[in-house]
Amino acid sequence: MTVLATATVASTVAACGGGSDGGGGGGGGGGENEASDIGITENSIKLGAHYPLTGVAAPGYSEIPTGVEAYFECLNQAGGVNGREVEFIYRDDAYNPTQTSQVVNQLVLEDEVFAIMGGLGTPTHSAVLDFLNSEGVPDLFVASGSLLWGEDPEANPYTFGWQTDYMSEGKIIGEYIAEEFPDAKVGLFLQDDDFGEDGEAGIRQYIDDQIVAAVRYVPGNTNIAPQISELQAAGADFVVGFNVPSYTALSQLTALQLGYQPQQWFYSNVGSDPNLVGSLLARFSQGAVSDASLLDGALTTGYLPTVDMTDNPWIQEFQRIWDECGGEGELTNYRVYGMSQAYTTTQALQAAGQNPTRDGLVEAIETAGADWEGPVFAPFRYSEDSHMGTSGMSIERIVGNGSEEVQPVRVTDIGDAPIEEFDGEAATPPENAIPDEESVVD
Amino acid sequence: MSESQTPLSTSGPDGAGKATDDAPAKATAAANAPSAQATGGRSFLPKSTLLRHLTVVLLAVVGAVILLEITDPFTNSQLATLSYYAIAAGGLTVLTGLNGQISLGHGALMAVGAYTTALFLQAEEPIALPLILLVATVTATVVGALVGVAAARLHGPYLAGATLALAVGLPGLAIYFHDTLGGEQGIRVRAPRPPESFETFIGWVSGNSATGTKWLAYVGAICLILTYFLLANLVRSRIGRTWRAVRDQEVAAELAGINLGAWRVLAFIVSAAAAGLAGGVLALVVRLAAPSGFTLVLSLALLTAIVLGGLGSLLGALLGSALLVFLPPFVTNLGTDFGLNNTEAAQLAPFVYGVVLIVAMIFAPAGFVGTIRLRWLTYRAKQRAAAARASSGR
Repeated sequence: MTVLATATVASTVAACGGGSDGGGGGGGGGGENEASDIGITENSIKLGAHYPLTGVAAPGYSEIPTGVEAYFECLNQAGGVNGREVEFIYRDDAYNPTQTSQVVNQLVLEDEVFAIMGGLGTPTHSAVLDFLNSEGVPDLFVASGSLLWGEDPEANPYTFGWQTDYMSEGKIIGEYIAEEFPDAKVGLFLQDDDFGEDGEAGIRQYIDDQIVAAVRYVPGNTNIAPQISELQAAGADFVVGFNVPSYTALSQLTALQLGYQPQQWFYSNVGSDPNLVGSLLARFSQGAVSDASLLDGALTTGYLPTVDMTDNPWIQEFQRIWDECGGEGELTNYRVYGMSQAYTTTQALQAAGQNPTRDGLVEAIETAGADWEGPVFAPFRYSEDSHMGTSGMSIERIVGNGSEEVQPVRVTDIGDAPIEEFDGEAATPPENAIPDEESVVD
Repeated sequence: MSESQTPLSTSGPDGAGKATDDAPAKATAAANAPSAQATGGRSFLPKSTLLRHLTVVLLAVVGAVILLEITDPFTNSQLATLSYYAIAAGGLTVLTGLNGQISLGHGALMAVGAYTTALFLQAEEPIALPLILLVATVTATVVGALVGVAAARLHGPYLAGATLALAVGLPGLAIYFHDTLGGEQGIRVRAPRPPESFETFIGWVSGNSATGTKWLAYVGAICLILTYFLLANLVRSRIGRTWRAVRDQEVAAELAGINLGAWRVLAFIVSAAAAGLAGGVLALVVRLAAPSGFTLVLSLALLTAIVLGGLGSLLGALLGSALLVFLPPFVTNLGTDFGLNNTEAAQLAPFVYGVVLIVAMIFAPAGFVGTIRLRWLTYRAKQRAAAARASSGR
């Protein structure tokens, strides 16, 4: 055992050396595949992730890794990345930070993954942020819109956000309300953590004077009647929710019980998946409400195509991938989310060169990430100074189990950055939805 | 840990007779054993309790170093996790096994220790780690004293109820004092980096590199050994005997001039101190102090650990905690090897844990250590009885 451990350390040191002087390990094209870093062999790349597969957060979120798996399966069938198969290991943290820290220890120390990708959740992932960065493990594309992942690359050089952050989302929603509903009395229904806070901070930049009440809930507490009646008492006729899907269902049911009918509901992207909310509504109401019809007409935001957009070429490709390489069940928005993250991860691995190193991977995303096209609607904001994910969102109206666009994609950044219309074209998927990025690491 | 020696040093048909006759006391029989007079006849260890425990500590230190150096980094991190569970379970087993009080609130006391540690580590230049852990222990002790005084008149299920309120209510404070305690998201902990002397030490011992994970595992091991040394001494002292008297024979104890309430509060305070230290270690190992880490599930896990291990036995608390830490990943891996997908494998772990709990309740109601000890005592009693018959018959 000791000998083995020493050998691992020795190879780590060698690998780091290769990465830092730039030449050794991360060679360009034409050479041979080498075991250039932990988790990389001549013919495989090992990636790890943590998701809530059991517990309260499991509905919906536990489908994400199946999408990732399906994508990598098809990618491997087509030859993988530079002749290496992607091996994807994911473990259950039950959405409990203590458990996240244990499973991520296992992924990094026992499974010896090359990088972590798509770790899900703000409180859960923040428990491993320091560990991953102190161990020098690339922490790609955290599945949460907290500012923590991208705001301060100096403190967390190995961590990258992916989806639109909650503050930018709040700003885009705020501006939309200010322009389209200037007379609305707005009530905010917020999750009591970064998610609600960042969203509120963004939205208040535009409609601070229109907000008549802001109520907060603590995840896990299922009685939200006090919060909803406070909104009702304040006379809010336009309710914006920064909440998770189960609280979308709960807020609808509670409002129904209280006889509260605001003219307009607006749910953030996180809480608005009509399929999931519909099934949760049916479960919570014990069948009294059978589908998502309560949500009909509600507004939401979008940064990814959804499964109801059957004309979208990305959805068509993802549907094909799910049919060919997926498991049981239908393609869902959560699986699309997982596949889209896997797509960006593939871009990053390709850009990191033929023999990637951990530091080379980080460098590749900082250098080339802002130019990558993919299923996401707006460009990423990756650079040396920012590890923030995609920059924009559209606004959509929920109709049945799908949605229709009411405002095209607008892009912004955190802080006071202005909101601008996105003038780029929607990207079309490459052949087989497998990206072809050039190596940017020499 | 020193408990491992007690079967050697306990004897007497009295102890065995009592344990087997008295069904309700069966579960805590393991806790009774150490109180029996040490004959020392068969033991190679020193007769003095303190010296004996010091010898065991020495062995434990050597054992811990060997264990941490021959295992891989992930097992190191699991052992760090084990250390905080075991410290808290050790305190709880003293409270429940020796003093007969049930607490469902020890997770909350761990939260007190964890938040104290996290807050002190947030400072620009934090004070030395041992001091921080000491402050965490003291803070939890103070909270434990307050709860203990309030609950001194309560018994069994009533005390369980009161401490349950603690477990449910205390994490709410973190949300109420959002600005200081970080709300739902909690306080992130940047674990202090290992000092140079530690790197030199590891290099000298095994030639391995001194990673952050290894450092935390050592911090946990040191805290664990220290806690168990102190608790073991307490258990075998006059204080431990008084606690047992309060637990088993309330009326007799009171007639003997023992102030029941005061002794119950003391037991609660001691176990709260252990929980506080455990919380401090948890904050370092998990690198986060957040309400979601201290749910009722944590308190219940501690309780199942000591019940599975054997009430009142420190070794039992250690074994029970080991089961909490090592069983779930083992079962999950086993499930994946048998071809289950990751979600199914993850769901298997709590199921198997439940089955183990039920099986243990049926076949080993006194817990692992308690059952083995009972068997041992019965065996010894039979031997002696046979010997006595043989000698009287001659």
